[in-house]
Amino acid sequence: MSVQTTQTAPPLLRIEQLTVALPAGSDRPHAVKDLSFDLRAGEILCIVGESGSGKSISANAIMGLLPNYLKPQAGRILFQGRDLLQLREDELLALRGKDIGMVFQEPMSALNPLMRVGEQIAEVLAVHGAYPGPARQQRVLELLHFVGLPDPATLKDAYPFRLSGGQRQRVMIAMALALEPSILIADEPTTALDVTTQAQILALIKRIQASMGMGVMFITHDFGVVADIADRVAVMEKGVLVEQGPAEQVLNRPQHPYTQRLIAAVPHRDNDSPAEEAPTDPVVLEVKDLRKTYVTERGLFVRKRVVHAVDGVSFQVRRGQTLGIVGESGSGKSTIGKCLLRLTDIDGGQLVFNGTDIAPLSQAQFRPMRQQLQMIFQDPFASLNPRHTVGRSITDGPVANGVPYAEAERKARELLRLVELDESAFDRYPNAFSGGQRQRIGIARALALEPQLLVADESVSALDVSVQAQVLKLLQDIQQRLNLAMIFITHDLRVAAQVCHQIVVMHKGRIVEHGTPAHVFDRPQNEYTQRLIAAIPGKHWSPVGASVALT
Amino acid sequence: MKKFMHRFAANRGALVGLAILCLVILTALLCSVWYEESPWSMVAEPLLKPLSNSDYPLGTDMLGRDLGAGLAYGARVSLMVGVVSTLVAVVFGILIGALAGFYGGRIDDLLMRFTEFFQTIPQLAMAVVLVAIFTPSIYSIVGAIAIVSWPPVARLVRSEFLSLKQREFVQAALVIGQKPARIIFTQILPNAMSPIIVTASLMIATAILTESSLSFLGLGDRNLMSWGFMIGAARTMLREAPLMSVLPGIAILLTVLAINLIGEGLNDAMNPQLRKRGE
Repeated sequence: MSVQTTQTAPPLLRIEQLTVALPAGSDRPHAVKDLSFDLRAGEILCIVGESGSGKSISANAIMGLLPNYLKPQAGRILFQGRDLLQLREDELLALRGKDIGMVFQEPMSALNPLMRVGEQIAEVLAVHGAYPGPARQQRVLELLHFVGLPDPATLKDAYPFRLSGGQRQRVMIAMALALEPSILIADEPTTALDVTTQAQILALIKRIQASMGMGVMFITHDFGVVADIADRVAVMEKGVLVEQGPAEQVLNRPQHPYTQRLIAAVPHRDNDSPAEEAPTDPVVLEVKDLRKTYVTERGLFVRKRVVHAVDGVSFQVRRGQTLGIVGESGSGKSTIGKCLLRLTDIDGGQLVFNGTDIAPLSQAQFRPMRQQLQMIFQDPFASLNPRHTVGRSITDGPVANGVPYAEAERKARELLRLVELDESAFDRYPNAFSGGQRQRIGIARALALEPQLLVADESVSALDVSVQAQVLKLLQDIQQRLNLAMIFITHDLRVAAQVCHQIVVMHKGRIVEHGTPAHVFDRPQNEYTQRLIAAIPGKHWSPVGASVALT
Repeated sequence: MKKFMHRFAANRGALVGLAILCLVILTALLCSVWYEESPWSMVAEPLLKPLSNSDYPLGTDMLGRDLGAGLAYGARVSLMVGVVSTLVAVVFGILIGALAGFYGGRIDDLLMRFTEFFQTIPQLAMAVVLVAIFTPSIYSIVGAIAIVSWPPVARLVRSEFLSLKQREFVQAALVIGQKPARIIFTQILPNAMSPIIVTASLMIATAILTESSLSFLGLGDRNLMSWGFMIGAARTMLREAPLMSVLPGIAILLTVLAINLIGEGLNDAMNPQLRKRGE
């Protein structure tokens, strides 16, 4: 896009002083306050912010999709000379889809599962009376082809469940583009996708934007994605727009302290990563040829299906070391974690923990050993019993292993301090805490048993980037202080690069690459690993550079 | 707890139900104070019309027994049978359901086939057979009602356990080395209590109806006056003295309605999906 023409042309969409109130009793009075920005033709504007910053609310306000309890109080949203906030519902209906298209976050739930994808796209056309007659089918095929789906003629008759997440998101984009809108709003369109799929969808959005000259408003929380596609960036904090400007400027010379904090928290590889010396610490856990197969039960009319979730995986973890297991969804990485903790049965292989093979032990035989292997779970909202106080959640473990309650309580209070929570947390219930605080409680619970091996299964994936950085730092501190062995399971290669000493890359149940972060990131041998590394968003941009430039 | 009371009180039907039930409970508690005579004793001339004699405002039946006393003592029997049989059924249902849901596999198959065996027989027919075999008494009635009403509880508890078992806090309890019994009773069961309580409240209503049906069929306890027995006894005189059947009928209707309203209110108050945002 040539910058000269876009600068002089009037903006496609102008938001002026938009204020949306939150219902009484919320943690702040406004969902968004005094929000003003322009969207120009032929640019990609990224709206960045953490959860609850009001970025989705702004998008929904433009589309007139705010829930009933949220009402715009002040401001204007100008599009083609009209204020969208003043339009009636039927006028908005004519606008939606035709002039403004929208792509949602969850491709699984945004498509009607009972309708063929071709029909769903044709419906968009039918609603607006476009392409009547046989031209409509032709247009559907064209669109499917345009978003890069293979074999449109067959694919249009498929039901959504037959498509992968990335393919569904392509169908969603085809629907949004059906009537060639001048604005495309994309609300976290790649968040639910794997990193390689995400890279493809980002490339697709960029290609479409360039060829159709639309204005794209792209909402995301990921600065890597921003670095990849944004022309301009707007940063939101708690409903207020704190900074906007050209991408290059915001990413590399952020002005507002909040933007600076956010960028500093983006996970990245430390340049002073540990030297590649042969580790000499004793091996805590050695996994040999681990196998786990899921077999769907054979019914009267159902064929048996066999899935090799973990297929001959071997690795070892040493004391004081962090092993990262990375892979995309379905690669079997979480199954490994479950196997190690015997939360699921295994089908073969050895799990040698401190010299004992724990694989053949029965649950009752294994129970006394459990305290030495602990786990930090993924979802901070599901991993604490909502009916137990924090203190009880932490003391339950030691008590179950024969520690007197008084001592367990003393220890629990000590641990709460260690994970940087107030001691008063002991008597409160989990609902009084934020996601990051709950994750700290989960860490305290695991540490209460003084384990030798800690398994963290996607433990920071559900957290905002600044909280994620704090929890990662806490985990690293604790590991060094207590000299623990740790297995860190994640889908985010940047996080793995930051915290792990050794990394194994999983693909379809097998290890395809194994080595130090430097080895895996700079000299990947396997073809899949190379693709995975290439797909990491924002490779050419280093947040370290930005924060160094500041000081 | 305060919030829970608030949500419950927001449902007007539930409050009406609670008021009616309190009245019935009060009657059941105080009936021996109000009516010193046994409800079986013939105290006045038979077939006294209601409101015709100030001593017996609800009239008498064909043997001269006070209808008012019958209704009051009947409340005691109905509530007692309803509550006790439901308690027994719920405890048994929780045990079966919890074991099946927690352990799954072979144990689940076995327990669920056992449960289905009871579910396939019509409830009332089985209750009639059981009471007839064990001779009608308050114990056999309570037992029979409990036996026919536990399967739905077991299925409910099982499904709750199946979904809660997958939650991370239960896996965390396993990982920290808690024993299965402890996990079942301290981790999972408290989180499954809301739907169980709601179901139990509705089961009390069904149990009262079943007891009335048994008594109507002449399978009630011979020593206890109950509403079902009163209707059964009065049915031969339905044309001459319809109120004799209608009054206990209304008592059953109101009590069951009240309990159902309370059950609905509990459901609304406990169901997290219906709670407003931010609570």
